[in-house]
Amino acid sequence: MIKHQKPRAFFDTFERKGPGQKNTHYCPGCGHGTAHKLIAELIDELHIQDRTIFCSPVGCSVFAYYYFDTGNIQCSHGRAPAVATGIRRTHKDSILISYQGDGDLAGIGTAEIIHAANRGENLTVFFINNAIYGMTGGQLAPTTLIGQSTLTSPGGRVQSRDGSPIGMAEIMDAIKTPVFIERVSLATPGKVMRARKVFKKALLNQVQKRGFSFVEVLSPCPVNWKLTPSRARRWMEEKLEPVFPVMNFRETEDLKINKETIPPVLKGEDLLNVFRVNKDQLHPPKAKEISDQFVKISGFGGQGVMSAGVLLANCVIAEGRNATWIPSYGPAMRGGTANASVIVSGKNIGSPLVDYPNVLIAMNLPSLNIFEEKVLPGGFIFINSSIITRKVKREDVKSIYVPASDMAKQGGMLAAANVIMLSLYMLASKVSDIQTLKKVIPLSIKKKEYIDVNLKIVDIAIEFYEKNKDAF
Amino acid sequence: MNRVEIHKEECKGCRLCVDACPKHCLIPGSGINNIGYQFIEFESERCTACGICYYVCPELGAITVHKKDKGETP
Repeated sequence: MIKHQKPRAFFDTFERKGPGQKNTHYCPGCGHGTAHKLIAELIDELHIQDRTIFCSPVGCSVFAYYYFDTGNIQCSHGRAPAVATGIRRTHKDSILISYQGDGDLAGIGTAEIIHAANRGENLTVFFINNAIYGMTGGQLAPTTLIGQSTLTSPGGRVQSRDGSPIGMAEIMDAIKTPVFIERVSLATPGKVMRARKVFKKALLNQVQKRGFSFVEVLSPCPVNWKLTPSRARRWMEEKLEPVFPVMNFRETEDLKINKETIPPVLKGEDLLNVFRVNKDQLHPPKAKEISDQFVKISGFGGQGVMSAGVLLANCVIAEGRNATWIPSYGPAMRGGTANASVIVSGKNIGSPLVDYPNVLIAMNLPSLNIFEEKVLPGGFIFINSSIITRKVKREDVKSIYVPASDMAKQGGMLAAANVIMLSLYMLASKVSDIQTLKKVIPLSIKKKEYIDVNLKIVDIAIEFYEKNKDAF
Repeated sequence: MNRVEIHKEECKGCRLCVDACPKHCLIPGSGINNIGYQFIEFESERCTACGICYYVCPELGAITVHKKDKGETP
């Protein structure tokens, strides 16, 4: 009878380079194959093949999806624990295996592993530590030993120049949330069997939804260490294991973090409450058919271009249509104009970006300079004529001049020029009822003392609209 | 009979099983497989089907270990 054979969790053939291929892409004597085999055997043993998702890294094990007949996802460099976290949020009962090398986990993905561990995600992480960047040809890794010669440290690693080897298991042990941390070695048959036991615990923890398990696996890389496979095993015992002690760091029964307490994902009405938009309170008038609006609101920081965009989007949503709002972000805003893009539509909206607006609300001169040429023919440009002294050059758009800053100042709040502009845009376009705005303002403004003055400013805008109706 | 089956086309000749086998049942053969590796051969009746070779082998399916059935003569 067959006692040991290729686990069922592997594919029959590994068709990476054509059909019928049966061997891996790993070099002779590589530790990955052994680690793969232990994991695959346990997947069989625990009967979890149909719900396992194997998150492979960048590194030699990048091709794990050619071998494991499970769910597979190949993650960006170092991001496997973050990707697994994302999967966990939607797949509560999946078994997620994050399999990473030392360049991937301890080098590029340091942030991801630390925060996944700190959240106590219900994952199993296998960290294959071979003290070198294997796939790229043997460069110095965070885990490279002092004195170890690599392609990029030909004279050996020097602490003062290159730092010390990072003990990731020790780092994990400094975090409170992981339930299981152990370092194992693949140096001898006995240690491989120990690794199998440890792998099983780490996977069982996840099956039982206990939390985050971390297994560091000291693994040989004979080719890049420039040793024969058996000599590489001896080198592990002589050099690697004294620096990375093979031991259990944590195995806790005390589970203070109950995974079931993760707050549920917010849906529909809850989201409206979080964003202080309450549909019922608003008694929305029947939504009218209005052509899609691509609005760009632009000005300098502090003019309220962002909040004007949010108010507009909230009004539209409160009336039962769709709207998106997205701010311009990051360096683009530094020292220049800030702008927000709002799209209003009766249909679903894809991208929230507005490259060519049909409505431009320009709060200062640089805004007009930047966006004037981009407004679609037949569109509207609302100009804050208190600040912008020049006229619009385009003749194929409708320009509306509003002394918004002056009007807001009269109303008692210079910073509310945005509300003047927004009100007039609403009155002119009928994109949303002005009464809706009055109801949304109290829900959207965080500082309650500013509610009344903003409502007053809406009235000033209405008055201006009634007087100057011809201009619109 | 206890027996280790080496799938020679999958063997990469790393010889870890040769080092690991407590009964010295595995030896580097003289043949070369299609990929160009000097594959390992099983040549012994001392095999106990312990499975150590299977676990140290870094190839996923190169080794199958057969244990003698009950009642079968060793």
